[in-house]
Amino acid sequence: MKIRIRNGRVVDPASGLDAVRDIHVAAGRIIAMGAAPADFHANLDLDAAGLVVCPGLVDLSVRLREPGFEYMATLETEMRAAAAGGVTSLACPPDTDPPLDEPGLVEMLKFRTRNTPGPRVYPVGALTWKLRGERLTEMAELQEAGCVAFSQADAPLVDTKVLLRALEYAVTFDLPVWLRPQDPHLAHDGVAHDGVVAARLGLPAIPVPAETVALQTILLLVRETGARVHFARLSSRAGLDMVRRAKHDGLRITCDVGVHHAHLSEMDVADFNANCHLVPPLRSIRDREAIRHALAEGLVDAVCSDHAPVNDDAKELPFQEAEPGATGVELLLPLTLKWARESGVPLIRALDLITRRPAGILGVEAGVLAVGGPADVCIFDPDAPWTVSPKTLLSLGKNSPYLGMELQGQVRYTLIDGHLDYKRNHH
Amino acid sequence: MNGNLQLNADGSLRHLLTLDGLPARILTQILDTAESFISVAEREVKKVPLLRGKAIFNLFFEPSTRTRTTFEIAAKRLSADVVNLNIATSAQSKGETLLDTVANLSAMQADMFVVRHASSGAAHLIARHVEPHIHVVNAGDGRCAHPTQGLLDMFTIRQHKGAFHNLRVAIVGDLLHSRVARSQIHALTTLGCPEVRIVAPRTLLPRDVDHLGVHVHYRMDTGIKDCDVVIMLRLQNERMQGALLPSPQEYFKYWGLTPDKLRHARPDAIVMHPGPMNRGVEIDSDVADGKHSVILNQVTYGIAVRMAVMSLLAGG
Repeated sequence: MKIRIRNGRVVDPASGLDAVRDIHVAAGRIIAMGAAPADFHANLDLDAAGLVVCPGLVDLSVRLREPGFEYMATLETEMRAAAAGGVTSLACPPDTDPPLDEPGLVEMLKFRTRNTPGPRVYPVGALTWKLRGERLTEMAELQEAGCVAFSQADAPLVDTKVLLRALEYAVTFDLPVWLRPQDPHLAHDGVAHDGVVAARLGLPAIPVPAETVALQTILLLVRETGARVHFARLSSRAGLDMVRRAKHDGLRITCDVGVHHAHLSEMDVADFNANCHLVPPLRSIRDREAIRHALAEGLVDAVCSDHAPVNDDAKELPFQEAEPGATGVELLLPLTLKWARESGVPLIRALDLITRRPAGILGVEAGVLAVGGPADVCIFDPDAPWTVSPKTLLSLGKNSPYLGMELQGQVRYTLIDGHLDYKRNHH
Repeated sequence: MNGNLQLNADGSLRHLLTLDGLPARILTQILDTAESFISVAEREVKKVPLLRGKAIFNLFFEPSTRTRTTFEIAAKRLSADVVNLNIATSAQSKGETLLDTVANLSAMQADMFVVRHASSGAAHLIARHVEPHIHVVNAGDGRCAHPTQGLLDMFTIRQHKGAFHNLRVAIVGDLLHSRVARSQIHALTTLGCPEVRIVAPRTLLPRDVDHLGVHVHYRMDTGIKDCDVVIMLRLQNERMQGALLPSPQEYFKYWGLTPDKLRHARPDAIVMHPGPMNRGVEIDSDVADGKHSVILNQVTYGIAVRMAVMSLLAGG
């Protein structure tokens, strides 16, 4: 299949390119940018005039819900939703049922996703057996099976000695460990930020020290072990300040935030909106402003959707009983664009947070538009408005804080491995 | 907050879920209506026909004796048909969801649900999903709200003190877990009480509690000094677990209301308690049964206030 993408504004954060160019694709690769190679005849000609052509998005946290939670979503639906969101590479956390703690499970998942249309799927392996925080998994074998990193997802790791051992073992094979810092005791039973809204609504709270105490512990263990740690889903100003200092000290760490946390705060929980029951909790407006600032500053390395499709029955419960999480893989691009517009951040820098930089954290060949590189491309209209609704979302999860709201930025085409994987029919 | 869910387009009450955000005119209307029902209790035939033919379902997902009984008496005095369901022991244990339970009961031609649930926001959730003609009264949800208790406490204060604009009120005890205290605070601030104090150890206070418009005191002597009203909150036994408090004895010594501590309040102060009391933990028997106590009046007024709420919701 030979594809020409014509007249688009090509924005590639890796090279700094932001100009109108034609892109020529053959055999899954970008073979030329600019003038067509001699005797190139496209089978498919995509008119990208007025559209942005950028590397396919890289999302560090997308729950595909398989195996085990097929009543919430399936590989087919969520991979299709991801492609519709312009995502061409994604990491899926190990919190499936059973968790991704055995090479056989990971091989099965890789096999299933390879045979399903949609993005490249990179499993994150369980750091501990059954995610119970007690025994290490066979990390080396899991890596051979295809795991790109290891994490506890949102499961607690109570025993600090197990955490130290896990980091030491990971260092042995130079494996990256992704951790969402949360002290399990301080967070126990909590569902909302320990602030004015939790005080008012009487919701069990998760204080900011749940994040900072855990962060401090992990940072000390990183200094001790030299482990490659990525901090997932930071939620507080105090936590970001600690990461800033640690990076300044030269520690080899990276971090990401969930895209919803750049826009929403505890105030959005205020009418018991279960779609705003997220993990970590939406914090104060000051924390949200700190996240937005840290993104603009470059402190935060990536924005992810933390996609968590949930069936209606599991959401239509009192707030604290409702399954946490929001569907988000289709909102990653428009919500990142919204933040950039509101913050006066240039498009190329915003796209960097959802292409090149997360690809670097994943350690895979993605997130760039380069001659000879894979033809993973997202083509979108940066201004097109669309309304988030159960009908417009392809994800089986309709649990979005943005239901009924209009967002700007709509994906028109997604190319994965040189194939037109997604094409919006109506716009 | 939640004003829209609780009010009809014309500003009248549709559901009673929380006192947070309810306008003063509604609170006053309920208190005035309750006043007119006080006399019903003194009649030989303690009934009025306001809710004749209406079906009221008491849905108690959490055990309760006093609140459920007073709602039942109130409904019966309004001539409604009352069905009591203790769901903690039936449908939910069979795996039925909250909204399924409500949908099934709605199909039995319910006009009103009186709901108690262990999770904050449960009554809001039900109110969002019931058909338009069905009213929801929150009889206590998690730590969030217990609006009829808050209203009967306001009724009690008004009966004894006349007005709110010159009062100093102290609420003593476990605010962190108390839906009653939250409803009292919203009602007091809405009705114009100029000084609401909270007296408790730091472990029993939510962070950012001052945003609710209260003054925080850790000590009893300064906390209830010159107060016109002292409201004691129930301290549940399980609070001794989880490192919130060291012992009931120490709690009683520092925050239990004794005649000695009560001397810091105004000489004509009234003492209230939502019940059930733990004598010797948060309150001394000499105070509970003493001349300042209006605790049993609260129970009596509770029936009139619940009659007022139900008649305003479904009697029109």
